[in-house]
Amino acid sequence: MDELDRKLVIAMQGDLPLVLEPYAEIAQELGITEDKLFERLKVLTNEGQIRKMGAVLTHRQLGYAANALCAWIVPDRKVETVGQLMAAHEAVTHCYCREKKSNWPYNFYTMIHGKSRAICEGIAQQLSLATGVEQYILLFSTKEWKKTSMRYFQAT
Amino acid sequence: MLTPLDKSILNIIQTRFPVAKRPFAVIAQIIGSEEKTVLTRIKWMKEKGLIRRIGPFFDSKKLGYCGTLVAVDVDPIYIQQVAEAINSYPGVTHNYEREGPFNLWFTLLSPNQEAQDRILHEIQILTGIQRMVNLPATNKIKVNVEFTLK
Repeated sequence: MDELDRKLVIAMQGDLPLVLEPYAEIAQELGITEDKLFERLKVLTNEGQIRKMGAVLTHRQLGYAANALCAWIVPDRKVETVGQLMAAHEAVTHCYCREKKSNWPYNFYTMIHGKSRAICEGIAQQLSLATGVEQYILLFSTKEWKKTSMRYFQAT
Repeated sequence: MLTPLDKSILNIIQTRFPVAKRPFAVIAQIIGSEEKTVLTRIKWMKEKGLIRRIGPFFDSKKLGYCGTLVAVDVDPIYIQQVAEAINSYPGVTHNYEREGPFNLWFTLLSPNQEAQDRILHEIQILTGIQRMVNLPATNKIKVNVEFTLK
């Protein structure tokens, strides 16, 4: 990434200004034209550095009170098909394969958001039945200590 | 309470916030409303905390960052102290207390592997931490946090 793209990331990782022409304001801050900003956003989207332009909602405030990280033990040969089946479920927002450890045998993770604990449990059961993966553990959150958007290219 | 108009706005901007000179006019046109009304409702939902952020969703890996999920087993007496120490790292974006054998789970983004190793080493020796597992992803299958509002 060149210097302009890094500056763009820094300028846009906070909040979009809520004014009628927000991009004009960002372009001005970056010292470029609005068209140049649109061009860079398009390039970064095509290259994948930007996944999408959108809004992050506070799911608790929308009634999705329960959130469970579900850890699964999926045999390696089944990972691909299981992944597709699980990812297709609307309530599954994140789906990752992760390294397993000697004291922690789970290698597959789905984040499940639901309006209640029982709903999350039901979804995990459905996913288990649909995929034939029987070994899993639901890790419900009991307290949120931090939830923020990443600030890139700043102090770590 | 969210009005049907608010829900239509949220359903659009979650998936695709317009990249255009007048984005709120584009949204208004799609849902049959007025540009200023759309902006006013979005401002209200932002103030109420329903919308956490509007902007690009970056792919951390493509920006050169390495991420991981880490679980720690913390003596409950030290949980607040440990959680706050972990939160003090800017690369820690999510930190949740959870049920199960490990009671604290956090995500960490670092500009390189060395920085990640250093931070995890510092965390591992915090008072109250009994066990830690580092669970880097080997394959990202889906990341799509969207809630269709009806």
